Amino acid sequence: MARSNKPIVWSLFAAGGTVAAFITPVMILVTGLAVAVGLLPAEALAYDRMLALVQNPLGKGLVFLAVFLPAWHAAHRLRITAHDFGIRADVAVMAVCYGLAALASVIAAFALFRV
Amino acid sequence: MNERHVDLEILRYDPETDEEPAFQTYRVPCQEDWVVLDAVNYVKDVLDRTLSYRWSCHMAVCGSCGMMINGEPMLSCKAFVRDMPDRIRIEPLANFPIERDLVVVTDDFMDKLASVKPYLIPREEKAIEDGAHVQTPAQLKKFKQYTLCINCTLCYAACPQYAHDQNFTGPAALALAHRYNLDSQDVGRGAREDVVASNAGIWECSFVGACSDVCPHEVDPAGAIQQTKIASTVDYFMGLLTPERDR
Repeated sequence: MARSNKPIVWSLFAAGGTVAAFITPVMILVTGLAVAVGLLPAEALAYDRMLALVQNPLGKGLVFLAVFLPAWHAAHRLRITAHDFGIRADVAVMAVCYGLAALASVIAAFALFRV
Repeated sequence: MNERHVDLEILRYDPETDEEPAFQTYRVPCQEDWVVLDAVNYVKDVLDRTLSYRWSCHMAVCGSCGMMINGEPMLSCKAFVRDMPDRIRIEPLANFPIERDLVVVTDDFMDKLASVKPYLIPREEKAIEDGAHVQTPAQLKKFKQYTLCINCTLCYAACPQYAHDQNFTGPAALALAHRYNLDSQDVGRGAREDVVASNAGIWECSFVGACSDVCPHEVDPAGAIQQTKIASTVDYFMGLLTPERDR
């Protein structure tokens, strides 16, 4: 039997799952809640500082990883969930899920490249 | 001893006379300490000698008395009647063809099992006079859990992936492949990968985890499959980087 090519999407799924489990909750806390509940001063997330973060090459790279990997994780998870719900049109599901993840990756890369 | 009357609805099927399987109900006086297998044995011994089913050890070691009990795959020797309602529905293991009554045809599983080469493939043969293969407790601990499989096939009856696509190599066979792959004495991983790392192997698994839920020996086949996915993913990319390497 031929060896599967699934490691390509599965490795993105696994890496994205790790990011989504360990990093994404922290990102939500920092960017979404910390200022609102007073854990951080408002100027911590000021526009200039955020701009400096994504203009720094290392900052760009990390933000890209934090966005693009969970997108691929979500895409693969949704594909498998569709399968578990009995939707057997795998090629169509793949096209939609991975297409959205690819689009998210391109938009993230383009946005980060421009700033 | 307290006796409790329980109705067993048993799926009966004789391929020589029956068009299709049908339920037959037996009223069984059960003792407090009985398992479902005791109740089924009572049917066979006292009520209806034509009933066919497999069993042997009555102590969750032989793996032959698996049945669907109220819709869940269980070893009937491990399922206590006192934990069950007054009507117990007993069917042959799901996802396998019925041979007769509660006996299923497990040939497909046996073929899958053989296909992953579930035996030691040593680097070199060692003569008996050269002494024992030495293995540290730490090396043993890596795979010990996966040696506990008794081939009861409850995991195949529980697996929605196997129900959907019978080409799937399935939980127990993949867990046993993993058991030998992890063994420090074994060098057969490459030989197993053609089956294990194919689309019908580990990659058919969507990690529902039902196999691990129903496993009577807590082998955790789902965990074994996920670990194999990681190892096979590393193999895949290493193979791309070093195409000349013998895979």
